[in-house]
Formats: sequence, C-alpha cells, structure tokens
Amino acid sequence: MTALTAKVAEPAPPPPPDVHAPKRRGVELSLLFGAVSIAVLGHLYVGLTTTGHIPHPASHYAAGLALAALAAHLAVRLCAPYADPLLLPIAVLLNGLGLVLIQRLDATTPGHVTAGEQLRWSALGVALFVLAVMALRDHRVLQKYAYLAAAAALALMLVPVFFPAVNGAHIWIRFGGLSFQPGEFAKILLAVFFAAYLAANRTALALTGRTLFWRLKLLPGRVLGPILAVWLLSVGVLVLERDLGTSLLFFGLFVIMLFTATGRIGWIAIGLLLAAVGAYAVGTFEPHVNSRVDDWLNPFASIERGDGPGQLAQSLFAFGAGGLLGAGLGHGQSFLIGFAAKSDFILATAGEELGLVGLTAILLLYGLLVSRGFRAGLALRDPFGRLLATGLASILALQVFVIAGGVTGLIPLTGMAMPFLAQGGSSVVTNWIIVALLIRLSDSARRPRPEGSDGPDGPDGSDRSAEEGDA
Amino acid sequence: MIRYIRWCAYFCALLLVALLVNVARVQVWESAGYGVNPANKRPAIERYAEPRGDITVDGRPVTGSRDSRQLLRYERTYKNGPLYAPVTGFSSQTYGTSFLERAEDPVLSGTDPGLSAFPLWYELARGRPGGGNAATTIRASMQLAAYTGLAGKRGAVAAVEPATGRILALVSSPSYDPALLSGTGPKVKEAWEKLNADPAKPMLNRALRETYPPGSTFKIVTAAAALDAGTVTDVDAPTQTPDPYPLPGTNTLLPNAGTGCADASMADAVQWSCNTVMAKIGVQVGLRGMTEAARRFGFNDDGLRVPAWVSRSNFDTDMSPDQLALSSIGQFNTKATPLQMAMVAAAVANGGVLKTPYLVDRTTQDDGDPVRRTDQHTLGRAMTPLTAMRMQELMVKVVENGTGKNAEIPGAVVGGKTGTAQHGVGNAGTPYAWFISWAAKEGGAPPAVAVAVVVEDASAVRGDISGNGAAAPIARAVMEAALAAPAPSTP
Repeated sequence: MTALTAKVAEPAPPPPPDVHAPKRRGVELSLLFGAVSIAVLGHLYVGLTTTGHIPHPASHYAAGLALAALAAHLAVRLCAPYADPLLLPIAVLLNGLGLVLIQRLDATTPGHVTAGEQLRWSALGVALFVLAVMALRDHRVLQKYAYLAAAAALALMLVPVFFPAVNGAHIWIRFGGLSFQPGEFAKILLAVFFAAYLAANRTALALTGRTLFWRLKLLPGRVLGPILAVWLLSVGVLVLERDLGTSLLFFGLFVIMLFTATGRIGWIAIGLLLAAVGAYAVGTFEPHVNSRVDDWLNPFASIERGDGPGQLAQSLFAFGAGGLLGAGLGHGQSFLIGFAAKSDFILATAGEELGLVGLTAILLLYGLLVSRGFRAGLALRDPFGRLLATGLASILALQVFVIAGGVTGLIPLTGMAMPFLAQGGSSVVTNWIIVALLIRLSDSARRPRPEGSDGPDGPDGSDRSAEEGDA
Repeated sequence: MIRYIRWCAYFCALLLVALLVNVARVQVWESAGYGVNPANKRPAIERYAEPRGDITVDGRPVTGSRDSRQLLRYERTYKNGPLYAPVTGFSSQTYGTSFLERAEDPVLSGTDPGLSAFPLWYELARGRPGGGNAATTIRASMQLAAYTGLAGKRGAVAAVEPATGRILALVSSPSYDPALLSGTGPKVKEAWEKLNADPAKPMLNRALRETYPPGSTFKIVTAAAALDAGTVTDVDAPTQTPDPYPLPGTNTLLPNAGTGCADASMADAVQWSCNTVMAKIGVQVGLRGMTEAARRFGFNDDGLRVPAWVSRSNFDTDMSPDQLALSSIGQFNTKATPLQMAMVAAAVANGGVLKTPYLVDRTTQDDGDPVRRTDQHTLGRAMTPLTAMRMQELMVKVVENGTGKNAEIPGAVVGGKTGTAQHGVGNAGTPYAWFISWAAKEGGAPPAVAVAVVVEDASAVRGDISGNGAAAPIARAVMEAALAAPAPSTP
C-alpha cells in the first residue's frame, strides 16, 4: 500500500527457465479440441434435425473453427505462455455454442439468416484477440492511455445519439450494411480508465477526506471529481440513448472497482442507495422502462388482458418447455419469442433445447470464466492489473447476470447481449478483446518471478485462492 | 486489496447462484404451470406436429391428415364426413375434439402410454410415437343404408348387435362435415358459427345425445315388466280395459289411435299399439315395478360411455298413478335416446340379456400392433329368458300382421314395434315417428341386429307421421344391410 502510481515498466525481464512453473499449454490445446468438437457436432446435429441432411460446407465449417482456435492458441503459446489454460477454451466453446444456437434459429426464420454474419464477426473477434495478445506484451502499458481511453469511451457512446433509434434505443451506428454498438467497446475503455485512475489515486481515496460521522468519510472531491464526471457522463449518455442494461453495467462496474480500490463499505451502501433511487425514478417516469418493470412483476398480464403472451412470457414458456433435459437441439419452439430470439433471448433457446442441464453447464462456464479473471487479479502484483482483472471479470459477470436474470424473470429485462452467445457483432468482438486482456493479465500473474523481485505491493500476491473456482 | 477482490468474487458467485436457483425454479417447478397456460402454443404445436391416427370402419380409414404447412402442421380430413360425423365427431385445431375423436384422443394423437413398448423412452426423448388407429364396430353398408334412409329428414338411427353390444350404425340427420372445423382461421370460425346457428342443429348427435319421448315403442318395456312381475301371465287373456281409459284419479280420458282396443289382450295391445291397455298394465305393475324394469333396460343411467358419453334416458321415479299410466306408454316425462331404444330391442332379441353397447372394437399402433381390445360386458338382465321369448313372439306379430308391416323382410324373422310420440305444449309439436326392431335370418339363427329409428319430420303432415310410414322402411333397409353383410369375424 505505498505507491501512488505503479511503475510503467519496460517489458518484464525474461523469466529464468523454471521447471516448477507450469505453462499448461497442452491442457489448453486438448480443451480446445474438445470445445471445437462440441461446436462442430452441434453444427452437424442442428443441420440434420432442421434440414434433414448434413449441412453442405460442414467440413469447411469444422476446419474454420479449428483454424481459428489453433491460431488463438498459437498466439497464446508464443506470446503469453503462462496464461490460464481455461480462458481460451471456454471462450471458443461459448462462441461455438452461440453459432450453433443461431444456426438453429435461422432454420425457423428462412428470410433472415444470420449465422454466416455471426461467423464472420467471430472470426474478426478471434483475429483481434490474436492481434491484442501479440501486440500488448505488458498490460501496464495501458495505464498510459487512461485519459485517452476515457475520452474515446465517451465519444463512442455519444456517436449513436445521432443515428436513428432501433427498438427504442439509440445504441447503433449504421453505415453500409453493417451496424454495431459502440457502447460495447466503451466497456473495456472505461474499465481501463477506472483501473488506471483508481490504481493511481487509491491511497488518497482510501485515507483522506472529511469524516462525516463515526467512520464514514467523504471522498475528497479533488480525487473523486474526474472519475465521477466520467461516470456520470457515461450514464447520462446512456439514459439519453435508452440503453439501461449498459447503464446498469457501468454503474455496477464503477461501484465494484471503487470498492476494490478503497475497501470502503460505505461507498457500496451509498452506491446501492443511489442505484435504487435512480432505478425507481427511471422506472417510474420512463415509459420504456416502466413497461419492462410491469412486465417483470406480472409477465402474464398481457395474456389476462387478452393480448397474447409478451416476449418475457414467451421466454418463460420456452424455459419451462425445456424442463430438465431439454427438447433437444432443433426440437424447441423458441422462435415463438419473436424478433429478439437470436439476440437478447438466445438463452431461452439454450434453455428449451438443452434443458436445465445444458443451461446450468453454460452458466457454470461463464462462472468459470469470471472466476479465472478474479484469480488472475488475485495473483497479480500491480494494483492496476488487479483492478483491471477485477473490472473485466465483473463486466462479464454483470452482463451475464443482467441478461440471464432478465430473460428468466429474476430481474426486470434490460436489453443486453449474452457474452459470446448472442447474435451481435460488436458484442462478440468486444468479448474476445476482454478475453485477450484476461489472457495477458493471467500470463503476467502466473509468470514465475525471479527471486527477490516482489511487486510494489509486497509479497502478498501469491496465489492463495486455488479453491476459489466457484465464482 | 486482495480481500476486496475476493469479496467481489464472492458477490459474483452469489449472482451466479441466484441465476442457477432461478433457472431451476423456472425450468422445473414452474414448468408444468407454463405448459398448461392457454397462451402457450407448444402443446398445440406438438400435438399437430405428426399426422393424427385414423378412425377405421370395416378396416378402412374414414379419416386422414393433411399437411397444412402452418404452425399447427397436420389438419384432420374426413372421407365421407357427414356420413360418419356422429361416430367420429370433429377434431379441430380451434374447437378441440368431440365423440370418438375426443374419447380416443390419447391413442389418435399418440400420447397413450400403450402405444409404445417403452413409454419411458418417449418421456426422456420428449418425442411421441405416431398416432394409433381406432377401429370402430360400425358397418359401412348399414351406416350408408341408415344415412340414405334419413336423407332430407331430421332424425336418427342406432343399430346394435344384440349378442355383443357392438354398435353397427349410428346416424344423425341432418349432419355436417367435420372437416370444415379441422383447421384454424376465419373460415373455420365462420363454419362453426354457421353450424351452431343452424336451426336444424346439424352438429347435434341425435343418436346419442338427443332424448325423445319414445311413445309406443316404450310399450315393449311395459309389457316385459308386466310379464316379469307376473302382472300379466297370459298374453292372450283379455285385460278388461275400457276404451277410452280414464287415467286413475283424474277425469282425463286416454284415447287410442286405432280401433279394437277395448278389452284387448296384451298381445293384441302390442300388435295394434293400444294406449289404453298398456297404460292400465303399467299402472297395475306399479311405480316400483316400472322404474325397476326401466332401469334394467338402461334408463336413468347417466354413466353410459360408448366410449363417447350418452345422454341419460329418463323414466320418472316419483309419479302419481295417472302420470305412471302416461309414462308407461312413453309419454309424460319418459325420454329416450335412439341408442337406448335400440338397446330395448336388443335386450328382447338377446334373450333378455342386455349387452353394453360399444363403438370402438380395438385400438392399434400405427403399424397395426394391438394397444387395447374392448371387452364385451353385460350391462344386466333386462328380463327373464321366458319373458324375452314371449316378447319376441309379440314383436314378430307386429311386423307380420300389425302396425309394423313395412319392416317385413323376406327370408328373415323380424320383430318390431312402432311408435308415434307426441310432444310440445299441448302436443302441438309434430309427433315423432319411431320404429324399433330386430332381425334374424330364418332357420333359428340368433338375431343379428337391433335397430331404433326416430324421424322428427316437421315437413310431413301430422296424419302421415307414424312409425310404420316414416321409420319402419329405414329400419328395414338397415336390417337388410345387416343380414346381407357377412357376419364380422371376431377372433
């Protein structure tokens, strides 16, 4: 707890040959083989059940997936040899499953086939992953660009306001035939900014400030100002754009990172209070959100009114129809959900066709991915890295919670893409970059250090949390 | 900082647990409730995803399935829809099912566990075996004879095999084409509304669900009751009945339609359909004796399933003697379905033993393997064998030289009973013409068929309505068809 700014070091010194530092690249390769196999088998199975014959370019498909996985693996092997071996296979498996589910849903919407487009976006995502793993040799470099990242994030979020709204939300940029959500990229940039800023100012945040009463201290305005400003701006933009899912995500990310940096429970309480007040206000006065809350409180109200089931009711029907074992790929009726079946509600198809068993497996995969992010954070020695890993893992966790909770009726529904699974190019690409950063972070975390070269934080960063694979 | 990261991780773990618990709640606990929600289309989609099994007559399907290329994929089709409508009922994606389509729905739609050797496998695999078939006891030739006989009239025919209870013909007229209701959409809705608004009630299954005053055909029950109770020991003995007969305890006089009924014997009374004599005999048998006899013949039973349910035929159990007198000749509150009156004739034909009528002989899987056979049951003994023999003689006389001459079939023994039932306020309605009969090949063969025909013909002149004129020829045509057809092989 000493340094105000972490040293932005030149690339770390090459590690000494150390037989005790396992790299686990072979494990990664075999897991990747499994992940690709599952995706390819799913592809074949969906083709068989929906069209009656094996999809025509099946071998191309399999080869493409295998090549992408192999390229990613080679990048990791060459540039991040000590990285966590679970990250990449989980990402490949989830992305592959997403492609299978979208291909399955394409069969029910012949006029709107999107699996190919999603495949191209995934390829781009993997390419960017490779690029990021190769280009970024030390995550600490990112600290230098903290303010640039903040500015870029805000700019990205402001741009869609000038584009027409889609489904009541100004979150898209369209040019040519492509449309993407810049807000997706902003997540990473904001996480980087928060991590860098908090890492630099955490002592001031934790120890200074006026005492309000007893132990509750106000944060010093001077330190808090910029970060609050960035955050408020981003949330304000989101409210303008009607994208409440992302707004919720940013808020959660901000609170979690602030807590991780300062450890002040008071801020969490205040944050939650603010969130509750804000949510209540928005939920009351904003019709778009208000209807979502009503829907959540009583998903079957529209049926009782005689208007037929709404999206959430259809989604619950789909989950219910899946039961324990699911109807089987290609045997569900989740197309009844309507236009968002491939994006926001993709999980309903997974629930109906793979059942509780398959859905639990998918959710646990996400849990594993998140827990590996946290593990990297725990094992790292520099505060920036720790905060960044925590932030990235939290982004994934919050996204999964917000959208999965929304489609299963746990919380009000807010539009958001299920990482890797849902249709949406920007989302897939963004999540691949998140995984690339986690790979980089976990490589730094697990890289054996020369004797006596403790990080700035003292010798407390050892990996004491091997049993923490449940988050 | 390590501690705080850990707390965040625990928080995320908590979120994950919340998700998992909620997903389990939705997919396991709430699942059944969601499944039966009327707004959930899945059960319907699954139900119509496969061709429906067929209902067969004489081994040939009278139904089919058509791929509609809609969300609900297979629609029901009918060959000869109006002819078999009272048997099959409809199977509509909009309005559900009726009659056999409803009673045998589990087999036809493929949900019956008997359809597969490993029902558990289908439970696990979430599929369902192909729909099975239901083979009816109907005989096409008899059904057609009854249908053409009733053409243009309102009425119904029910025919059973006395020895087994197999229902051989079941016709209601006017009829409708169930195929009009098979699918979904405005056309189906329109057809449904039109059929329901039609004053001729084409969708009413008159053979099973409509009860009519049975009129003089009920005199068979009264006569059998009198013989069983010992009220009448000699059917040829004069009964000392005045004509007209004053109803007991009132000043009302009960007339006869014909002449020669004063002091007639019971045999003559049945032969010439004397109201006075049979009313008096009914009073002599007494309320208890009459209600018992009616119950033994199947009246006052609302539990009859063939497997479609049959309306309850009524004989009042609490009446003054004058009401009993009217009830004994099938008036007052006495009401019967055509099937009930066919059962009365069948009981006489079968030596007094009443077999439970049934319409489905067996159900099979789509590849022909048996699922279930319907066992023949005895509903009860309606009268002693001796009484049955006497009643057969009386009924044969009606056809040979009585009110039912129109039912005569050369080369066959036919017993029958006519009936003309009055109804409406002050009997203002058009009377119903009834005829119940049974027929056996000559040479001591057991009766092959028992028939009941009712014709409610508003277009006919009042005097023209008589069981012999309107109903007996139809009964004869049905019986001829029954005698002509080779007896069905019952393995």
